[in-house]
Amino acid sequence: MNDKQKQLDWMVAQAKSGRMTRREFVGRTTALGVSAGLASALFGKAAQAQAKKGGVLRAGMQGGESTNSLDPALAASEVPFAVNMTWGEMLVDVAPDNTIDYRIAEEISSNADATEWKFKIRQGVEFHDGKTVTAEDVVATLKRHTDEKSQSGALGIVQGISEMTAEGDMVTLKMASGNADLPYLMADYHLVIQPGGGIDNPAAGIGAGAYKVKVNEPGVRHVFERHANYWDAANGAHADEVEIIVINDNTARTAALTSGQIHMMNRVDPKIVELLKGASGITIEHAPGRGHYVFIMHVDKAPFDNNDLRMALKLAINRQEQVDKVLGGLGAIGNDFPINAAYPLFDDTIPQREYDAAMAAEHYKKSGHDGSPILLQVAPGAFPGAVDAANLFAASANAAGVPLQIKLEPDDGYWSNVWNVAPFCASYWGGRPVQDQMYSTAYLSTAEWNDTKFKNAKFDELMIAARAELDEGKRKGMYSEMANILRYEGGLILPMFNDWVEARREEVAGWTPDPNGELMNGKALIKCWLA
Amino acid sequence: MRLPLSALIGLILTGTFVFVAIFAQWIAPYAIEDVSGGQWEAPSAKFWLGTDTIGRDILSRLIYGAQITIFVALASSVLAFSMGAFLGFLAAVKGGWIDQVLSRIVDMVMAVPSLIVALVMLSVLPLNLTVLILVMGILDSTRVFRLSRAVAADVAVMDYVEAAKLRGEKGTWVIFREILPNALSPLVAEFGLRFIFAVLFISTLSFLGLGIQPPLADWGGMVKENKDGLIYGKSAALLPAAAIAALAISVNLVADWILTRTSSLKGGRGG
Amino acid sequence: MHPILKLLVQRIALGLLLLLGVSAVIFLGVEALPGDTAQAILGQSATPQALENLREKLGLNDPPLTRYFLWLGGVLTGDLGTALTNGVDIAQAIGQRLGNTLFLAGCAAVIAVPLAILLGLIAARYAGRWPDKLISGITLTTISLPEFVAAYFVIYLFTQLIPIFQPVAMVFPGMSFWAKLNAVALPVIVLVLVVLAHMMRMTRAAILNVMQSAYIETAELKGLSPMTIIWRHAFPNAIAPVVSVVMLNLAYLVVGVVVVEVVFGYNALGQYLVDHVTKRDLPVVQAVGLIFAAVYIFLNMLADIIGILANPRLRHPK
Repeated sequence: MNDKQKQLDWMVAQAKSGRMTRREFVGRTTALGVSAGLASALFGKAAQAQAKKGGVLRAGMQGGESTNSLDPALAASEVPFAVNMTWGEMLVDVAPDNTIDYRIAEEISSNADATEWKFKIRQGVEFHDGKTVTAEDVVATLKRHTDEKSQSGALGIVQGISEMTAEGDMVTLKMASGNADLPYLMADYHLVIQPGGGIDNPAAGIGAGAYKVKVNEPGVRHVFERHANYWDAANGAHADEVEIIVINDNTARTAALTSGQIHMMNRVDPKIVELLKGASGITIEHAPGRGHYVFIMHVDKAPFDNNDLRMALKLAINRQEQVDKVLGGLGAIGNDFPINAAYPLFDDTIPQREYDAAMAAEHYKKSGHDGSPILLQVAPGAFPGAVDAANLFAASANAAGVPLQIKLEPDDGYWSNVWNVAPFCASYWGGRPVQDQMYSTAYLSTAEWNDTKFKNAKFDELMIAARAELDEGKRKGMYSEMANILRYEGGLILPMFNDWVEARREEVAGWTPDPNGELMNGKALIKCWLA
Repeated sequence: MRLPLSALIGLILTGTFVFVAIFAQWIAPYAIEDVSGGQWEAPSAKFWLGTDTIGRDILSRLIYGAQITIFVALASSVLAFSMGAFLGFLAAVKGGWIDQVLSRIVDMVMAVPSLIVALVMLSVLPLNLTVLILVMGILDSTRVFRLSRAVAADVAVMDYVEAAKLRGEKGTWVIFREILPNALSPLVAEFGLRFIFAVLFISTLSFLGLGIQPPLADWGGMVKENKDGLIYGKSAALLPAAAIAALAISVNLVADWILTRTSSLKGGRGG
Repeated sequence: MHPILKLLVQRIALGLLLLLGVSAVIFLGVEALPGDTAQAILGQSATPQALENLREKLGLNDPPLTRYFLWLGGVLTGDLGTALTNGVDIAQAIGQRLGNTLFLAGCAAVIAVPLAILLGLIAARYAGRWPDKLISGITLTTISLPEFVAAYFVIYLFTQLIPIFQPVAMVFPGMSFWAKLNAVALPVIVLVLVVLAHMMRMTRAAILNVMQSAYIETAELKGLSPMTIIWRHAFPNAIAPVVSVVMLNLAYLVVGVVVVEVVFGYNALGQYLVDHVTKRDLPVVQAVGLIFAAVYIFLNMLADIIGILANPRLRHPK
C-alpha cells in the first residue's frame, strides 16, 4: 500500500514537471488499481503545475441566443452555462472522478439522518467587486432561488431546504427530510454564489469565479478578463482573457476551429468526427458521460396521455441504429430512464428495451389512436444530429405502422417556444452527478423542468424516501423501482446516452475529460492554457 | 427561326428536370426516407451518387427533391402569375382608383423584404405545403403585378384595344382577348425568372428550417442536411446545390432566349 | 416653380406617405398575427391574473389604432420601445447592429457597383462576342446559386483550402478598420457574387437599348471609337434604369442578407430580427421591419430622383 502510494506520488511529480503524458500516466496509475476517472483527475491536477500564463483563449460554442441573460437562475442552454461557470463560483463542484471538489465551501458535514448540513465557508474568497464572500451571501443566494419569482432552474433542488442560517463562517441548512446527496445538489450550475444573493441585480455577472465579465453581448460573444484576486489561481485562470464566441452554425464553428479563429469548440457533430480527425492540429476529446438525447412526450396531452401509445413509440425506436448512426458509435443505448452506469447505485439488471415492431404495432392498435400523423417537433440544434435521429425514428416507427411524422423547427427560439411547450419534441439532458438530482430536476411532479409533465405519486414518494435512506442496498432498490415506473409509464423516450464530443487545437493544454458536462463541465477556459 | 445553342441546352435540361420530377416514383431506385447504406458512402454500383449524412441514397433523394422543388416553385409561380397578372391588367385597363389602390398596396408590400414577411408568417402559421405555396405565391405576385401593369399599360393604348373599348366590351373581355395575347411573351420570360426566384426562395426557407419538412426534402433542405461534410470535400451537399444551379441556369437560358426574341420591356419598373 | 423642383417635391411627398402607410401595415399586420403576446411572454403556466396584469402594463387592452399612434409617436421621437424577451431598449440594441449592417452593405456595394457597371459596359461593347458570353455566363452562374451555397463554398475555399480569411465574421466596437475589413471579407465576397449579376445584366441591357438610337449612329458615323461612344453618349442616357437597379440591389444588401448573417454569425440586424421573430417579440419585429421598409423606400426615392435629374428632357424644359 505504502509502496503504491510512493509510486503514485512519483508519477504525480513526473506529471507536474511535464515528463509524462496523460495516456502514459493513466495507463500506469490504473495498473496500480486506481480508477481511470481518478487517474485522469489526478493528472489534470498535477499538470496545472506547469501551466503557462497569459494569452487569450477562445471557445466557439453552440447554444446561445441574443435573448440570454447573465442571471444564473435562468441558465438553460450551453452558452449561458459556460458563461456562468467562467465568472461564477458555487459552494462545490463535482470533480471528474465524481468526488466533491470544495470551492466556496471548504468543509461539509451532516448529522446522522442527513437532515442538517453544515457548510464551512472558505476564508478570503473575493467577489469581482472586491467584497469578501460571506456566509450571508451564500444564504441570500440560496434563498433567492427558492423564490418562485426568480424562475430558477434549481427551484426543485432548493425547495427541500426548510431553514437556512448563516453564523460566522458557517452556513447551516436544515432539510424537511433527509438528503444524503445534498453536497452534490449544491454543485448545480444555477447555484452560483452572488454578492447579497444577487437580489438587487441578478444579471450583474458579479461572482467569485476566475474571470470577470468584460463584454456581454448575448448571442454574439462574451469576453472575460482575469479576476486579479481569484482565490484558486494556482489551479486555473491561466489566460489573461478568455472569450466565448457564439457560433450556432456547425460548419462555421468547425471551420473556425480548423482555421484557428477559436481554440476549442463544443458539440462536434459525431458524423464528422472521422473527418475532423484528419485535420491537422486538431484533437478530438470525448468523455462518456451522463448526458442523453431524448424525445419527450407530455403525458397530460392527447394523444400522449395514452400509455399504450407511449409504449408503442418507445418500442418503435431502433436504439442501436440511433447510437451507430447519430452518435457515430460514440455513446451507449438508453432504456427510457435517465440513469446509466455512470451513476452510483445504478441497477444493471433492468432488462434493456429493444426495437420491436410487432409489439409496437400491438400497443398502437390497443391505444385506439385515429391514425392521424403523430407530430414530433425537432430542430437541428435540439442535439447534434437531432434531425437525423428524428428521421431514423420516423422510419423505424412507420415500419411498425406507427404514423410518426417530423415537424422541423428553426433553431432560434427552440428552447423557449418548443421545448417544455410542445407535447412531443426532441431534447437533451446533460445529466446530473447523482440519481436523486436528475429525478428531482425533471421527473418529480413539482419539478420546474418537468418536461414530460410526469406526475406519479408513488414515484415521488419513493424518491423522497430514497433521499433520506442511508442504507445503500435499500436505496438502490428504490431507485430501481423508480426507474421501472418511469420506463413503463413515463413520457420519456431515451434512445441513447451520448459521449461529450468536443474538439480543441493542439496548442491547448491542460484538458481533462469530464463526464459532468460540456467543455470540462464548463471549466475548460479556466483550467486550460495556451502551450 | 433559328434556335441558339444556349436555348437548346436550356430547353433540354429543363425538360429533363421536369421529366424526372414527374416520374420520380418510377425512376428513383430507393424510397425517399429509406436508410439503406452507411454514412457518406462513396459512389458505387449500389448507390450511384453515394449516400448522405445518415446513409440514404443521394440519387433517390435528388430525384424526389426535383419533384418537390419543381412542384412547389411551379405552384407558387402559377399562383403569383394568375394573381399578379390579372390584377396588373385590371389596374392598367381600368385605371382610376382601382389602379391607385392596387398600386399603393403593392408598393407597401414590396417595401418590406419578402424573406422577412415569409419568416414572420411561416413562424406562426402551420408549416405545410399549401401554406408555403400560398405565402410564396402572394409575396411574389407583387412583382408580377408591376410588370404586367407596365406591359398592359403599353398595350392598352394601342388602337385595337381602344377600338374594343369603344365597342363597349367589358374589362375582363378586353384583358383576356386583347391584352393577354399581346403581352404574353414578356410575361413568359418573366415567368421563368419568377420560377427561378421561387426555387432559390424555397431553398433558402428550407435552409432556415421553415420550408419543406423532413423526411421529405427539397434540394435546399438536402444542402442543409449534408453541409457539415462540405468542408471535408464530401459531395453530398454539392450535388443538390449543383442541381439548384443547373435548374436555375437552364430556365434562365430559355427565358433569355424568349426575351431577346421579343426584346424590350425587360425588368420594366411600372407603377 | 421649376417643373423639376415640383416633380422632386412630389416624389418626396409620395415617399413619406408611402412610409406612413407601410408603418401602419407593419404595426397592424404584426399585431394581427395569431397568438397572445402576454401568454408568449409568461409561458404556459401563467395565471389568468398575471396575464391580465401584463396585458394592462403593455397596453394590450387599448384599441389597435390608439396603440398604433402611441407607437408612431414613440418612433418619431426615437423611442422604439423595449424588447419583450429581455427588456432591453430596442433603439439601443439596434444602434450598433444597424451600423454593422450598413458597414457590410457598404463594403459589398463599393466593390459590386463599379465592378458590375464596368462588366456591363464591356459586355455591351462586345455584345454577342466572347467577352460578353464569358461575363454573361459567369454572372448567370452566380445568380443561380442560393446564398448559403455560395457562403459554404467560400468558407471551404478561403478558410480550408487557402486559409486567408476567418469563417466567423463578427465585428466589435474597438476593432481597427482593417481588422473589420478582414473579418467581413467572406460575407462581402458572397454578397458581391449575389448582387453583381443583376446589376451587370441591367447595365448591359440598358446600354444596348440606347445604342439603337439615331444619335448613336451619328456618333458612329463621326468615327468615334466604340468605347468612347458607350462611355460618352450611351451611358449617360442609360443612367436611369441602371441607377434604379443599383438602388434595388443596395436595398437588398441592407435588408436581404439574413442568410449570410446567419451562416457567418455576423452580428447585425438580420440575425437580430430572426432571433426575435421566432420568439414573437413583436416590438422588435415592428421596429426592424420599419427600418428595413424605410431603407427600401428611401433608396427607391433616391433612384427616382436621380432618374429625374439625369433626364435631359426634364432638366431643360421647353
